[in-house]
Amino acid sequence: MTRFASLEDSVGGTPLVGLPSLSPSEDVRLWAKLEDRNPTGSIKDRAALAMIRAAEADGRLRPGSTILEPTSGNTGISLAMAAKVRGYRMVCVMPENTSIERKQILAMWGAEIVSSPAAGGSNEAVRVAKEVAADHPDWVMLYQYGNPANSEAHYLTTGPEILADLPTVTHVVAGLGTTGTLMGMGRFFREHKPEVQIIAAEPRYGELVYGLRNLDEGFVPELYDASLVDRRFSVGARDSVRRVRELLEREGIFAGLSTGAIVHAALAQATRSLKAGEPADIAFIICDAGWKYLSTGAYNTDLDTTEDFLDTQVWA
Amino acid sequence: MAVEVRIPTILRTYTGGEKAVSGQGTTLAELFDDVEGRHPGLRARIVDEKADSTALRRFVNVYVNDEDVRFSGGLSAPVADGDVVVVLPAVAGGSL
Repeated sequence: MTRFASLEDSVGGTPLVGLPSLSPSEDVRLWAKLEDRNPTGSIKDRAALAMIRAAEADGRLRPGSTILEPTSGNTGISLAMAAKVRGYRMVCVMPENTSIERKQILAMWGAEIVSSPAAGGSNEAVRVAKEVAADHPDWVMLYQYGNPANSEAHYLTTGPEILADLPTVTHVVAGLGTTGTLMGMGRFFREHKPEVQIIAAEPRYGELVYGLRNLDEGFVPELYDASLVDRRFSVGARDSVRRVRELLEREGIFAGLSTGAIVHAALAQATRSLKAGEPADIAFIICDAGWKYLSTGAYNTDLDTTEDFLDTQVWA
Repeated sequence: MAVEVRIPTILRTYTGGEKAVSGQGTTLAELFDDVEGRHPGLRARIVDEKADSTALRRFVNVYVNDEDVRFSGGLSAPVADGDVVVVLPAVAGGSL
């Protein structure tokens, strides 16, 4: 179906494309799910709309409400679009060390931005958002890290779409941020095709982002359930940038930096399957396209310079 | 050859400011025991020792060659010469 009643109704149903050049053999194949084809250009449209609909259904969101959300970009952008169309005010709490494009796009859809300190990355954004929420009890924090509607969106749409398009799927690889994508898809596959391996790719940032706070104040999203994951990779900026360029050069796909981490993990699995002589159909998520990351130099600056720049950034 | 252990900023008080230390062992548990001998106090910040169980602390993530050990045997995960072990505090993800 290509006709929709509104932009919001066109969320999801994204293409799954084969990667003939990056796939190591005819038996070990890689497939990319192009989530940049969503209305605001990222997979976050799925979760954002699901959270808004759930909050409207249970009466938390009403005409004129203000939505507050800690985000490093994409969720805020999705929420800002939906808020604009539906007449809500949108306030994002975002680490100050994120790419300039994200702030520009948020402003374009009318979102207001509260900056949180660079040191501590998204942990700090969550902390600041909770403080702001306490000061404004009438604002509605959808809270993507703990909102079941986030993972539910992937349980109901992303997972079933992959299985329908690729019934022979053996591995699903996605990024680990709020954990919503992996939790929803993981639960779907555990129920419908339990032999599918769920693989997480987590961005590994520079030291500044991990901050100097006590280890006991670390953060694990409330949605996270480790039993729904089979393997988890930590991928640094250098490998992510390298893979993003490889995806561009060999398959023509222009993806954002978090996708580079996912490609890295997907290729690690492909190599492992190939060595083991096991056929594999490995589906992974293209979270967003590269437009929002052009200013980082990730696509055209030498690797060392890019790595140094990204060392202080929340790049995924 | 040995196993390299990368230490997060917050724990470098135990390593005299060193970003990485080296150790020996065939499992992660043995490696942390070995490192503890030269850097006393470090192990207790990474490992939660209870009477009936020993496990990684909740907000600490440990990776062997970029793979999270919670999915490959935890403290019994094998390590070998040349491996790189990264210790990091758990953080919220980004725009993913």
